[in-house]
Amino acid sequence: MKKIILTIFVVLLSIQIPAQDLLDILDSETPKTDNIVSATFKGTRILNGHSIENRKDKELEFIISHRFGRINLGFDELFGLDKSNIRFALEYGVNNNLTVGLGRSSFEKTYDGFLKYSLLKQKTGSNSFPFAVSLFGSVAVKTLKDYDPADKRTFAESLFYVGQVLIAKKVSPSFSFQVTPTYVHRNTVRIAADPHDIFAVGLGTRMKLTKRVSFNSEYYFAFDQSKSIDARNSLAFGVDIETGGHVFQLILSNAITMIEKSFITENTGDFFAGDIHFGFNISRTF
Amino acid sequence: MKTIYTIIICFVFVTANNAQEKFLTKNGSISFFSSAVVKDFKADNNQVLSIIDTDSGKMAISILMKSFMFEKALMQEHFNENYVESDKFPKATFRGAIVDFESITDLETKVEVEGIITIHGVSKEIVISANMTRSEESIVLRGEFNVLLADYNIEIPRVVSKSIAKTIKVTFDFNHKPYNK
Repeated sequence: MKKIILTIFVVLLSIQIPAQDLLDILDSETPKTDNIVSATFKGTRILNGHSIENRKDKELEFIISHRFGRINLGFDELFGLDKSNIRFALEYGVNNNLTVGLGRSSFEKTYDGFLKYSLLKQKTGSNSFPFAVSLFGSVAVKTLKDYDPADKRTFAESLFYVGQVLIAKKVSPSFSFQVTPTYVHRNTVRIAADPHDIFAVGLGTRMKLTKRVSFNSEYYFAFDQSKSIDARNSLAFGVDIETGGHVFQLILSNAITMIEKSFITENTGDFFAGDIHFGFNISRTF
Repeated sequence: MKTIYTIIICFVFVTANNAQEKFLTKNGSISFFSSAVVKDFKADNNQVLSIIDTDSGKMAISILMKSFMFEKALMQEHFNENYVESDKFPKATFRGAIVDFESITDLETKVEVEGIITIHGVSKEIVISANMTRSEESIVLRGEFNVLLADYNIEIPRVVSKSIAKTIKVTFDFNHKPYNK
């Protein structure tokens, strides 16, 4: 009997329980935290329209956007470069979730102001959430005096409103998409048959080509359109190039305008007939 | 009955003999500094995990890259997205040992920590000098070392080469406490 006990004792002693790997201990001790998915898109715009991305806390961004004329205008117009619509804007992050912006487009001398609020974040980890949701609202004022002098437009009659729900998902580090239900209200329309309210839905994607370059596409489908113009849905393709504090976006779009109320409801370009506007967005963050 | 007791006692003795003394911290700090022509910047991480096995002098460190805090949120996003690619390589780790740990009797002494550091998926051998202060209740390790970004395939685009240093200074401060599992 004593022999058996001794044997067990010796065997137990000799089996050196292998020391648990120290890194495994650290893994098991790592606190479980929520991981907010960041950089679903590079910039605050997918191309023409807004992405769920906000300016960061107390950051001011200056954005210069250009859209040239249609490239199918030919050599005489230097493929559209003779004509351009420019928008300057200042956008500021009140905090990490709220961005305010003011812009001015040369097209129809339009001023616009917007608010964008990040409602829900996409998260991984213990409290995961599959997608991100932001809310967007803007007001635009058309100040071009294109009315009959006898029938002067009031300030209220020059207003346009846009509301959007931005729903985005970063599927993988290299692929993100966004679905954007949109409502546009116009206080003034050209003819009585034109709708004051237009619903639309946008679909945007981003595919990362390299660490700093991505390929984006964006399409807005409007459920109703103005009858007074040959309205078309907006389609755009482009690349984002990121360098330090800047994001450059090079864009081919069938819309010459860069604010929601215009490119969603007032666009007449036929992308596949060559009514394509070359353009760019340049942002500088301070 | 007696036999069973004896066996149990054997087990207890053997297990006690195998119990390893470990010291751990979950809020160690690591900071890094970049000093370049145009600007200087730093980032801090106060949630670093580090463990020392006092039987063997072995040591391991685990650093969550997303826990580095920058002065500007945009820098932090760029750091994670473009430089260290935190989605692909969420952690930097170190696995090694304090050289001649058993022979160290001084309470305060300079030590060398030798091992393999893994950043951005690239592993390299490294020797780091540190100051160690040891007592019954704690083991404190402090020190600094330099990291050449190119060694770890962290590319700096030419446009920002004046803003980001090629070599980053890293400082660390770990206060390990006894760890009982």
